[in-house]
Amino acid sequence: MGMYVAFLAVAGLIVLAFLGVQAAGLHFLFGALIPYIAFFLFVIGFAYRVFLWGTSAVPFRIPTTAGQMQSFPWVKSNKFDNPSNGFGVVIRMALEVLLFRSLFRNTKSEIHDGRLIHGSDKWLWLFGLMFHYSFLIIFIRHFRLFLENVPGFILIIESLDGFFQAGVPFVYLTDLMLVAAATFLFARRVLLPQIRYISMAADYFPLFLILGIAISGILMRYFIRVDITGAKQVIIGLVSFQPAPSAEVGVIFYIHLFLVSTLLAYFPFSKLMHFGGVFLSPTRNLANNSRMVRHVNPWNPDVHVHTYAEYEDEFRDKMKKVGIPVEKE
Amino acid sequence: MAKLPKPSELAKISLTPPAKPWMDVVTDIRQGMYCHGAKAKNLAALELPNARDFKVAEEDWQLPEDWKETVLNGIKERLEKFRTFHVFMDICVRCGACADKCHFFLGSGDPKNMPVIRAELLRSVYRKYFTTAGKVFGKTAGARELDIQTLKEIWYYYFQCTECRRCSLFCPYGIDQAEITIIGRELLNLLGLNIDWICGPAANCYRKGNHLGLEPHTIKSSVEFFLSDLEDITGITIEPTFNRKGAEILFVTPSGDLFADPGTYTAMGYLMLFHELGLDYTWSTYASEGGNFGFFTSMDMAKRLNYKIYAEAKRLGVKWILGGECGHMWRVLHQYMDTFNGPADFLEVPKSPITGTVFDSAKGTKMVHIVEFTADLMKNNKLNLDPTRNDHLKVTYHDSCNTSRGMGFLEEPRYVIKSVCNHFYDMPEDTIREKTFCCGSGSGLNASENMELRMRGGFPRANAVRHVHEKHGVNLLTNICAIDRASLPPLMDYWVPGVKVAGTHELVGNALVMKGEKERTVDLRNEPLPGKAGAEGGEADV
Amino acid sequence: MSLSRLLTAQKSPILDKWFALILSTYPSDAAQFFRKKSTFTNPVGHTISQGIEDIFDGVISGAALEQYRPFLDNIIRVRAVQDFTASKAVAFVFHLKTAVRAVCLKKIAAERLHDDLLDLELRIDELSLMAFDIFMQCREKLYDLRANELRDRTLWILKRSGYVTEIEDEPGEIPGERINVKPTKEVN
Repeated sequence: MGMYVAFLAVAGLIVLAFLGVQAAGLHFLFGALIPYIAFFLFVIGFAYRVFLWGTSAVPFRIPTTAGQMQSFPWVKSNKFDNPSNGFGVVIRMALEVLLFRSLFRNTKSEIHDGRLIHGSDKWLWLFGLMFHYSFLIIFIRHFRLFLENVPGFILIIESLDGFFQAGVPFVYLTDLMLVAAATFLFARRVLLPQIRYISMAADYFPLFLILGIAISGILMRYFIRVDITGAKQVIIGLVSFQPAPSAEVGVIFYIHLFLVSTLLAYFPFSKLMHFGGVFLSPTRNLANNSRMVRHVNPWNPDVHVHTYAEYEDEFRDKMKKVGIPVEKE
Repeated sequence: MAKLPKPSELAKISLTPPAKPWMDVVTDIRQGMYCHGAKAKNLAALELPNARDFKVAEEDWQLPEDWKETVLNGIKERLEKFRTFHVFMDICVRCGACADKCHFFLGSGDPKNMPVIRAELLRSVYRKYFTTAGKVFGKTAGARELDIQTLKEIWYYYFQCTECRRCSLFCPYGIDQAEITIIGRELLNLLGLNIDWICGPAANCYRKGNHLGLEPHTIKSSVEFFLSDLEDITGITIEPTFNRKGAEILFVTPSGDLFADPGTYTAMGYLMLFHELGLDYTWSTYASEGGNFGFFTSMDMAKRLNYKIYAEAKRLGVKWILGGECGHMWRVLHQYMDTFNGPADFLEVPKSPITGTVFDSAKGTKMVHIVEFTADLMKNNKLNLDPTRNDHLKVTYHDSCNTSRGMGFLEEPRYVIKSVCNHFYDMPEDTIREKTFCCGSGSGLNASENMELRMRGGFPRANAVRHVHEKHGVNLLTNICAIDRASLPPLMDYWVPGVKVAGTHELVGNALVMKGEKERTVDLRNEPLPGKAGAEGGEADV
Repeated sequence: MSLSRLLTAQKSPILDKWFALILSTYPSDAAQFFRKKSTFTNPVGHTISQGIEDIFDGVISGAALEQYRPFLDNIIRVRAVQDFTASKAVAFVFHLKTAVRAVCLKKIAAERLHDDLLDLELRIDELSLMAFDIFMQCREKLYDLRANELRDRTLWILKRSGYVTEIEDEPGEIPGERINVKPTKEVN
């Protein structure tokens, strides 16, 4: 159900961009106005969400400890899975954000009937990593289009990405990997009953959207060739605040741009905010040193307690009878 | 056989008619799965709202008129008070990594026991009332109305979560269902929807100092009962003190150890150890509970119960505090106590009077875990131990959820156990240390009326025990948790008969060679020690 | 060809079918999960798949069925704590008949093994009676555990407070001597 809604939504977006540009000729709307609004929504929305989380208090220091804590010098502690100081936390967060440490924990191997069997869960880690890194590299590669003079590091990334030099123009590995990974992530939502059961429209929509972006990009590069110089002109116009959307560039470019705009605008309102949230997760970004350093709760409430005096008043006779010392005789 | 499904199997799966979305499945509240509702008198004793007797099986839970508003306001307040809650409500991507990590799901297959769905039960309400997408798109955006069915469903499943944090370990964003459950239960408590197995002990603890409601003279007589047993067993007279001012150390342990087997044998182990060391320590009848069932009610309640430990330490003028073996007790002591009721600047950084070791890792709270304390003694060869007295035992160790995933206390208990017994076998790797499986009865769910729930929730743990039982002949499951000592015996009785349960310091007590003791012929359970004079046969038949 | 040889040859498809039939007794989402048979991370799936293989071997071996009680016990012990009524909890034994018929009926007809099939089904009936017994034992055990917990708690207090004493079985000891606690009235 959710899947169909999401699919129709993305298909609708594509049709909308196609009709808007091809039939109505709304190049300025799709090539300038919407991207600006989307970017604005993204920046403000993202900042606002992170700000809101930031204003929520962190009353307790409750890291999920994933290894031996620091105790005696003679007990080997796990400094990164159970960090006891800021440095350890930085490493733990880096492992989490850059290498998906917790998902990797999911991988396991078992011996069954004498054979080593790998749990299926490592695929999630692998494809998740592939998905995010492909996305990142593609994103960086696109800076070529934003800048008049292409910096050297982007050229290096491009040449690595196009290592095999296959096809004309040569195929970027990350293009293939992104599509493969997104397809995997989609397939497991459909094929694994457990995952299908927990999936909602909000899970399929970004996948379809990103697939749409990737496929429209690939079409543009390899199949429905667009005027790349013209496209770059449009984009540089956008980033230099002198938008000059051109009708020459081809509708597929505008579809691509519209989907990207949608992704940007949608981002702050969606689960994609995990990108920001992961840094703020108190079970990961705090050191396990609560017995060493006091953590202060900003709203530490005054609570009604049962004092010793009240206790002794109630039980004084019984205490005296069995020789337990009391304050008041 | 276990591997990725074959293509043919995948094909089969897609042919299965899609199940109804979880939101459309009306939850059937089944007997055997829930605990009795909290009684009016206990709610009132704790000054909790809506104190009345309510029956779970009855249609009417006697909620206040404005219950919905209360819950929604409660959610709003907690979004501001807990970044955990706020972030966890927003960022789940439903990747499913947590789905098969929950012992309740593994044992039951009930999809609403997947941590992700358990969170969605509340998240769907959050979306409806607190997010734009949820308000506009409703069900399509995974949002739903808060109605009485929804409330009851949340109640049912939030008291089927033992707050073990195993899901949190595997979550790429560290989303912790324990935290969501804690906050969900806080919300339910705004309406007086607690269970009596939590509320009763909390009420006892508030007034009388401990969960069991033992009054001061009863505590003393309970301990004296152990002393008389110990005198029979060892020939040594032990004289502990209670509420003694000027002692160096205050000792606090879960009251379960004073009251029910096999926890009582653990308490006997403590008494023997302290006597042998000549430790200058005292028990307290006022702070006579290490555990904290308030923690399963609300953060405020946890603080109110926890208050007594520091207050008593201050009143008695001790230098530092030593804590007994308990799981959630140590989660609270380790991660919450200093924040709740600290700073403990009236105490000194704990230093072992026997070895001189300074416990730097506890320099803030000034509270040391007894297993740390004992491990340090053993490392420094301060104890005369005879591990052969435990030779009839083949031992494995169950890591408590709380000390594993809320502390990282993994090696010290193993060190202590291996020092006092010769046959130790760990369970399979995926089921121990930080990946340990819950006993199925944590977070106040160890009542009797929900035995079915406890048995299925404990199955993954029991299954791993059965493995070492069959492979190595393991006959003793050790632990450092009072709830384990209460709940694992029936779990073993059902799934792995022939495996007994013991606290770590029971083994220490057995192996400890005390100055001036008579020759031991029985262990702390008054069972003959194999191979010793007077013992009948040396069969490891426990 | 005898029926047992036929069944041995067809063991794998029969077990697959039987396993699938058992899974169909669970809600469909759970069923798909239990399909994974990992020992420790999916104990239910593992217990069922391992158990039915052992039971199957027992049924066709012709050995005394009592020998196979432990395998039956493993599965039923799990189902006894999972939302099943008594009949549904043990119905999986009968599913073996369905599985055998589904996989082998044509061959059985061709080889005229109907009498053997009747014998086999009788054995399965016998097995199912045993299953009922085991189910009842498991449920009784559950109620025992509940009752014991309640009883032990109460008894403990009574003993500690001196209200109840046991007769010592060794001479020379006076009953209650080891309980040096004075009876108190304020027992909680």
